[in-house]
Amino acid sequence: MSGTTPASYWDELVTSALLGTDRRTPPADVAPRGVDAPSALLDAAAVHTVRRRAGLRPATARPRPEPAPPDDRRELPEPARRRLAVLLADRAAPAGSGGRRGTAPDLTELLPQWLAAANDRGYRAPASALPALLDAARARTDLRAPALRFAGPRGIWLAGLNAEWKFALRGTSAGTALPAPEDREAVRRLWEEGLFAERVALLGSVRAHDPAAGAALLAETWPTERAEDRLMFLDSLRTGLSDADEPFLDRALSDRSRNVRATAAELLSALPGSALAGRMAARAAGCVSLDRTAAVATIAVEAPHECDAGMERDGVVPTAPSGRGERSWWLGQLVEATPLATWPGRLGGRTPEEIVALPVADDWGDELHAAWCRAAVRQHDPEWARALLGAPSQPPATGPGTSSLAERAKLLATLRTEVRAEWVAGFISAHGLSEAFQLLGVCAVPWAEPLGRAVVDALDIARDAGSYPWSFSGVMGLAERCLDPAEASRLELLTATPDEAEGASPGAGSYWSEAFRRLVSTLRLRAEMHAELSS
Amino acid sequence: MNQQGVRWTAEQVLDLAPDAASRRAGSRLGTAGPWSETGGSGAGAVWGLCKGSGSRPYATVVDTSGPAYKCSCPSRKFPCKHALGLLLLWAGDEGTVPEAAAPGWAEEWLAGRRTRERRQEDRAADGGQSPRTADPVAARRRAERRAARITAGAAELEQRLTDLLRGGLAAAERSGYGPWEETAARMVDAQAPGLAARVRELGAIPGSGQGWPVRLLEESALVHLLDRAWLGMDRLPDSLAATVRTRVGLTAPAEGPAVRDDWLVLAQYDSADARLTTRRIWLYGRRTGRTALLLSFGAAGRAPQLALPPGLMIDAEIVPHAGAGQLRAELREQFGAPVPIEAPPPGGSTEDALAAYGTALGDDPWLDSWPVTLTDVIPVPSDDGWQLADARRPQALPIAPTAPSRAGLWRLVALSGGGPVTVFGECGHRGFAPLAAWSAGSPETVTLT
Repeated sequence: MSGTTPASYWDELVTSALLGTDRRTPPADVAPRGVDAPSALLDAAAVHTVRRRAGLRPATARPRPEPAPPDDRRELPEPARRRLAVLLADRAAPAGSGGRRGTAPDLTELLPQWLAAANDRGYRAPASALPALLDAARARTDLRAPALRFAGPRGIWLAGLNAEWKFALRGTSAGTALPAPEDREAVRRLWEEGLFAERVALLGSVRAHDPAAGAALLAETWPTERAEDRLMFLDSLRTGLSDADEPFLDRALSDRSRNVRATAAELLSALPGSALAGRMAARAAGCVSLDRTAAVATIAVEAPHECDAGMERDGVVPTAPSGRGERSWWLGQLVEATPLATWPGRLGGRTPEEIVALPVADDWGDELHAAWCRAAVRQHDPEWARALLGAPSQPPATGPGTSSLAERAKLLATLRTEVRAEWVAGFISAHGLSEAFQLLGVCAVPWAEPLGRAVVDALDIARDAGSYPWSFSGVMGLAERCLDPAEASRLELLTATPDEAEGASPGAGSYWSEAFRRLVSTLRLRAEMHAELSS
Repeated sequence: MNQQGVRWTAEQVLDLAPDAASRRAGSRLGTAGPWSETGGSGAGAVWGLCKGSGSRPYATVVDTSGPAYKCSCPSRKFPCKHALGLLLLWAGDEGTVPEAAAPGWAEEWLAGRRTRERRQEDRAADGGQSPRTADPVAARRRAERRAARITAGAAELEQRLTDLLRGGLAAAERSGYGPWEETAARMVDAQAPGLAARVRELGAIPGSGQGWPVRLLEESALVHLLDRAWLGMDRLPDSLAATVRTRVGLTAPAEGPAVRDDWLVLAQYDSADARLTTRRIWLYGRRTGRTALLLSFGAAGRAPQLALPPGLMIDAEIVPHAGAGQLRAELREQFGAPVPIEAPPPGGSTEDALAAYGTALGDDPWLDSWPVTLTDVIPVPSDDGWQLADARRPQALPIAPTAPSRAGLWRLVALSGGGPVTVFGECGHRGFAPLAAWSAGSPETVTLT
C-alpha cells in the first residue's frame, strides 16, 4: 500500500467509486497501467471489505444502566405463567362490542381479573412478560393500576428506558419511595420539596398513620399553596375523613377560592358532628316539619326565602341553575348537608322507612326525597339508602327516592354487599335485565348466589321471549366476568339449541345457545385461572 | 415427564402461529369449552373435535413430533386456529387431553403418516437413490447446461459492475431502482438466484441513509468477488468451490455424513419477501458443539411447514449441506420426544464473538453474520440504539438495526434488569442480532424473535 494509511487508502477508493473511474482514476498502486481500472478497484475494495469485517473489534461500552431494584415477591406457578402469556397474546384483539362473538371466551376482559388475583396473592411478574404487560397498560387505562402493581419495581425500571412507557412513571415515584410516616425529618423534607403527586401520596400515608399529624402538615404550608393545589389537597381528605379534620376544614370555609370553600363545606357536612352540620340541621329543621293539622301525618315544607351570608359561608350556592326555582334550589342544598340523624327526632320519632313513606304537601316530595338521596350517599348512610331505594319490586318510576338509575347505583354502593346483591336480584326478578346493567356494575364480584340466579333466570326468560342475545350483550359480558364460576354446571342446561318457538326471531335459538356456551366456557376458564394462581 | 412426552409451553405453541390473527384466534380456542373427544397418544399425537359455527365440529389432529397438522376446517392458515387451540389445551392442562386410543378419524391420518415415514426410511435404506437421478447422463447434461447459463450471467453481471464503477456510484443513485431490477431479472433467467438476490440488495442501498456509497462499494465488491470466483472455479479448492456454488444459487444436496446429537432448538424466526417466507431454525448440538441452521420455505403469506419450538432439546439426526463454512443442514430422523433444555449453550465474550465471525469469513467471505452465544452480557442503551456489553470488560457489540423484532429487544432488556444474561444471536458486520436469551440461574429460553 506504499505508505498510504488504510483509512485514507479506503477513502480514496470510495471517492473514486463515487465519481467513477473515468473521472477519478484510482490510486496508481490499485490500478497499474494496463489493468481495467473498475475491475482493479473492485478487487481492492473486496480485499479491504473482507479484511475489515474479519478484523472487527468490539466497541467501547457505554455506561451501564442502574440495575433494577430487587423484587422479593414469589414467582408465579408454571400454569399461571402460561395463562398470562395467553391472556397477553389476546390483548390486541378488537373489543367485542355487541354483535356475534362466537363461543370462545373473551380473554381481554379477563386480564383485569387475573391481574387483581395475582396481585392479591403477592406474585411477581415474569421478567419476559413485562414489555407485553406495559404495552397492555399503555393501551387500556383501566389496566394501568393493577398492571403496574404487578409489573413491580422492575416494570418501572424498564419503563424508564422506553419513552413509549412514560405513563408508568407518572406518580409512581411516590408509591415506591415514601418515607415512613414516623420519620418526621424525611416527611417534612419531601413535603417541602416533593412534586405535587408525591406530596398528595405523602399526605395520604401520614394521615393514615396519624390524622392530626396530617392536618398539621397541611396547615403549615396552606397559605402558600396555589388555589388548584389547595383544592386537590382538600379533595384528598375524602379518604379517611374524620372529626379530627374539622378545625382545619372550618378555617378553609373562609378560603380565598370559592371552589375550596365549597369543597370544605361539602366535607364538613359529611361529618354529622361538625358545627357546620349543626347549623345546616337548624336551618333545614326550620323548613321541614310535620303538619299535624292534616288528617294523616304529612310533611310540610317551607322553603327558605333568602340565601343569607351565613348560608353562603356554609357553602350554599346562591344562584340556581336556569330552569330551577331559587327557593327549591336552596332547600335542596340545606337538606343535603343536614345530618340524616336529625330527621327521626324532627318527624315524630319515625324510622327512615316510615319517614320516606310519609306524604309530602304541596308537591315538595320529589325535591325532598332527591335531597335525602344525595345526603345518604354523601354521609354513607346505609339505613337511609335502603329506605330510599324502596322495595326492589316497585316500578322504578314510582319508587320513593329517585327514578334515576345512576342515583340508585350510588345509593346501592353504600349498602353491605349481601344487601346490595339481594336488592339487585329482587329488581331483576321484577323488572328483567333491560335496566339492570348500571346496577349490576356496583355489585361485588363474584356475584352472590341469589343475584347470579336472578341474572341467569332473567337471561333464560329473555331467550324464551325470542329476542336476539345481542340485545343483552352488556349484561352477558358482565355475567361472563362476574358470575360465580360455580354456576357453570347449572348453565350447561341452557347451552342446548331450543326448538324454534312461534314468533321468535329467526335463528335466535342457536345464537342464544352460542352465547350461553361462551358464558359457560368463560366461567370454567375463570375457575381454572383462579385455581392456577392458588396452586 | 408423562406418557405423551413433554408438553410444550403456551409460548412455544403460540410461536407456531403463522400470524398475529391466528395467534389470537388460537388462544381463544385454548379452553375446554368448544372441545370434545380430545385425547393424546404416547407417540405424541393429539386430537379433538372443535365446535365451530356450523353444525359439524371440526376434526383436528396434530402430530407433535413433526409437528404436522390436519384439520377439517377450510382455513388456509397453517397451522390453523383449531390446531393452535388444541395444542394450547394440551399444553395447559393435563386433565383435558387424556391418554387414549385414537378414534377412527384421527387414526386414519396418523396411520397414513406412519406409512409414508416408513416408505421414506425404506428408500433411504435402499441406498438413498431418489428416482429423479435415475439417468445420470441426462442429469449431468442438465447440470452442464445450467452452469453455462450461470457463467454467461456472471460475465454479464461483471460487465454491469464495471460499468457502474466507471460511471460512478453517484450516477447510480440518480438512475433509481429500475436498472437493478432488470439486472436481477437477467440473473433469474440465468438460473442464478443467489446472484439475483444480491443484485436486488444492491439496488436497495443507494440513498438508504448516511454512508450508503461505502455500503454500496463494499457489497458491489463482494458481488464482484463472487463473480470472479465462479468464473475461476476450476482453480478453487473443493470446499471453497462448493461454497461459491451455494452462494450463486446452486443448492448443494444435503449429503454429508449424518450427525446425531441432542440438538438444542435456540431460535426460530421467519422473514418474508413478496414471493417467499423463509424460516430459519438455529440448532446447537450439545455433544458435538456444532451449530446448524435448518431452512424451511413457504409460499408468500403462508408459514413454512417445519416448526420446532425454541427451548426444547431433540435427539435427532441432521445431514449437513456441502461447502466450507456452511451451517445449513436438513433435519432427518428424530428419536423420542423433545425435552426442555437444561442449560444455555456455552458462550464467550463480545471479542470471542467477533473473532468467530472473522474466522468464519476465511471459509466464506460472503457471510453477513455468524451464530454465537454471548455469556454474561448486559444490554446498555447508547445514543443510537442498544449495545450488549461484557459484564466484566469495557467492551460491547452494537445491537444490529436488522434485529428481528423490537418487542424482542425489550424482552431482553426486561430479562436482564441491568444484570448479566446469556444471549444467542447472529454476530456480523452490522452488529449483533439477539435471538434468544437466558437469565442467570434459569434454563428457561426467552425468545427474542
